[in-house]
Amino acid sequence: MKDINFLVVGVGGQGTVLAGDIMAEVGMLAGYDSKKSDVLGLAIRGGSVVSHIRWGEKVDAPMSMRGTVDYLLAFEPLEALRQLAFLSPESTVVYNEYKIPPVSVSSGLTSYPEENELKSALEATAQRVYSFNATDTAVEIGNVKAVNIILIGAFSAFMDVKVDVWETAIKKFVPAKYEELNLKAFHIGRELMEKEESVKA
Amino acid sequence: MKAILSGNEAFARGAYEAGIQVVTGYPGTPSSEIITTIGSQYNDDMYSEWSTNEKVAMDAAAGAAYSGRRTMVTTKQVGMNVLSDSLLYSVYTGAEAGLVVVTADDPGLFSSQNEQDNRWYARLAKIPLLEPQDSQEAKDFVVKGIEISEKFDTPVLIRSVMRISHSKTIVELGERPEVPKEVGKFPRDISKYNCTAMYAKEMHAKVEQRMLDIEEWLESSDLNKIEWKDTKIGIITSGVVHTYVRDVFPNASVLKLGMINPIPKKLIKDFASKVDTLIVVEELDPILEEQIKALGIEVHGKDIFSPCYELLPDRLKEFAVSANLIEAETVVEKEEVAKFKDIPSRSAVFCPGCPHRSSFYVMNQLKVPVAGDIGCYNLGSMPPFNAQHTMGAMGASIGVLHGMSIAKIPENRVCTIGDSTFFHSGMPPLANMVHNGSRGVVVIMDNSTTAMTGHQDHPGMDWMVTKERAAKKIEIEPLVRAMGVEKVKSVNAFNVKEVKRGFEECLEFDGPSVLITKGECIFVSRKPKPAFTVNTEKCIACHTCFRVGCPAVVLSEEKFEKNGKFKSRIDPTLCNGCSVCSQVCPTGAIEAPEAGKRSLAE
Ligand SMILES: Cc1ncc(C[n+]2csc(CCOP(=O)(O)OP(=O)(O)O)c2C)c(N)n1
Repeated sequence: MKDINFLVVGVGGQGTVLAGDIMAEVGMLAGYDSKKSDVLGLAIRGGSVVSHIRWGEKVDAPMSMRGTVDYLLAFEPLEALRQLAFLSPESTVVYNEYKIPPVSVSSGLTSYPEENELKSALEATAQRVYSFNATDTAVEIGNVKAVNIILIGAFSAFMDVKVDVWETAIKKFVPAKYEELNLKAFHIGRELMEKEESVKA
Repeated sequence: MKAILSGNEAFARGAYEAGIQVVTGYPGTPSSEIITTIGSQYNDDMYSEWSTNEKVAMDAAAGAAYSGRRTMVTTKQVGMNVLSDSLLYSVYTGAEAGLVVVTADDPGLFSSQNEQDNRWYARLAKIPLLEPQDSQEAKDFVVKGIEISEKFDTPVLIRSVMRISHSKTIVELGERPEVPKEVGKFPRDISKYNCTAMYAKEMHAKVEQRMLDIEEWLESSDLNKIEWKDTKIGIITSGVVHTYVRDVFPNASVLKLGMINPIPKKLIKDFASKVDTLIVVEELDPILEEQIKALGIEVHGKDIFSPCYELLPDRLKEFAVSANLIEAETVVEKEEVAKFKDIPSRSAVFCPGCPHRSSFYVMNQLKVPVAGDIGCYNLGSMPPFNAQHTMGAMGASIGVLHGMSIAKIPENRVCTIGDSTFFHSGMPPLANMVHNGSRGVVVIMDNSTTAMTGHQDHPGMDWMVTKERAAKKIEIEPLVRAMGVEKVKSVNAFNVKEVKRGFEECLEFDGPSVLITKGECIFVSRKPKPAFTVNTEKCIACHTCFRVGCPAVVLSEEKFEKNGKFKSRIDPTLCNGCSVCSQVCPTGAIEAPEAGKRSLAE
């Protein structure tokens, strides 16, 4: 089989690393060889965070090459845009619409790309692009921190892996205290995507 | 049983399966999670500590191994510079029980001040060096390292890189062997453990012989593996780069070395004789290449691949294509990719609620020259602060400040140093300033943690490795007073006026002074306060609030008529309610939340 390549990207502090950990764990639980590579840099301090995940029969490098990523999950629109070169023409993109402008934007040194330009660039590069405001959804269910699990839920709708495998992996990584909240977040995200006709196609 | 582990978790697991009982180290990306994991998962089986610095960690490890405990030391690559003095003597002495040192290098400089290749240390110190390619080997090589260490009576070095330490791969778990509960009396073996020149002379000869013995043993060891495929190209490589080589050269024959110091010369000669073109693929310096060349073997390496940065599969492929080693596929890059290459980058910034922010806001205003040190506070070198003018190595700032004083620069001067860095290597240069009559302000930024590397403890804190283990806390203010500093001032880091007054007072003092800015890192207190809001009636879009460089302070969509600029807004999901932006707002437009409100960031 061909490896399945994922990218999970976002801004330090959004919980992307944990989302990548769940993806890697799910890969193993689903019977694949699974590898993951994080570039954290100074991640906690608001920098870009990039996690590569690869599932396959036997995976070599823990990161994908340009043009070979099948699925991109972005926690922030600008971070999705940063990964265009990695997307394969058949790829699927899910991104959170909630913008976190870099400090250089508020200081007036740079400007944030226009929303529709950003969207059409992704659509021109990938095969399918989905987006929703996961941060607002997280605030609605009572905790902005749940944004990562909502997004994982949405992403899960595309993978041929049983729901209970996802749930096992989520329970392993979130604190017991927040388990219920996170499982709820997962299903909210998943159902949001399952409503889309093209997801099933 | 299988588990998917990061390289660092695997090193920790390896320590468990190797029967290691003592683990010491000083934090440093990308090595830190080894000890964090041991502290949280294997605390009942292994003693672990964050030592004051790497040298202290190495000495403590030597002492424990002399005493008969299997021991491990962890460090980031530049930490090897600090511990090398002690590593070198431990190679001369050997020990009573296995001793491994794990160095995590940082090709690509993701979080380091240089890109040094620590494989040189193996050659310098004459110490065997293992290099794992994934988490499975990270774990196995710790076990193997202890075996080799005990077999040849030498410490063993294991080299990780960021892509091993911070990648996750699947690992088959093993068991922990029986380990002694008690150790006997300390060995009084002076000619073995005291490196007086007289004994050290003999030790040196022993070390040379030991390396020859290891080399011979290595020739038939299973640490090195040959993958025979097409013999037009033969590649010698090691570590994680081997996995990149497999993706880029699926058809080439490969000799993958597990031990890279010493090298298996016979095996290499044999491999070389069976392939048409021999290539060494190694990140950073041509360490294997030069040794192979010295065997009289024709080999390509740095004539094709750069000595800078990582050789990730994409880059490796580009080099291989330009050297005609593989054929180029024509990939048409979509125009969008080129069009959006220059989107705003997102570099690290002080977190919302960071106690360092106010000091850099003030130093920027005071326009003082600042000798800087390493820690989160080095983010103060970035816009909008631009207020940390040098940075080189841990503890360097105080010495550099002293040098500025000796040079008699015409301005009053300052240096910054974090609390962890102060304990690590700030005390000797401060004593030096006092003793040699220096003048300058040493700002100790006490955020009650080693924040930069993931919030580890240090001697100024009351727990060790995990919050469950209590520790004796050393107070910085009485300490620096006892060191003879006459002007010492402590201020609340979240109060901009107080911080500013503190700077002004200390700058006036004719002698060495210490300003301690106290305020907990938001990750220590974990008590974000509810978000502030901008009263748009009062905001005059002067953008003073952007000078505190906070990611939670953003542009709104509403313009102020008089200057046509966008007003400010505070992102309620990011703000931690520290109030620093509201203190600098000239119109009082940034308002505190209502009492009793809950923070969104909780
Ligand atoms: C010799 C050496 N060891 C370790 C590191 C990694 N490192 C960078 S900054 C830092 C300490 C930061 O702690 P502190 O000085 O308290 O500043 P903070 O980040 O908390 O502001 C460490 C351990 C290094 N750069 N050099």
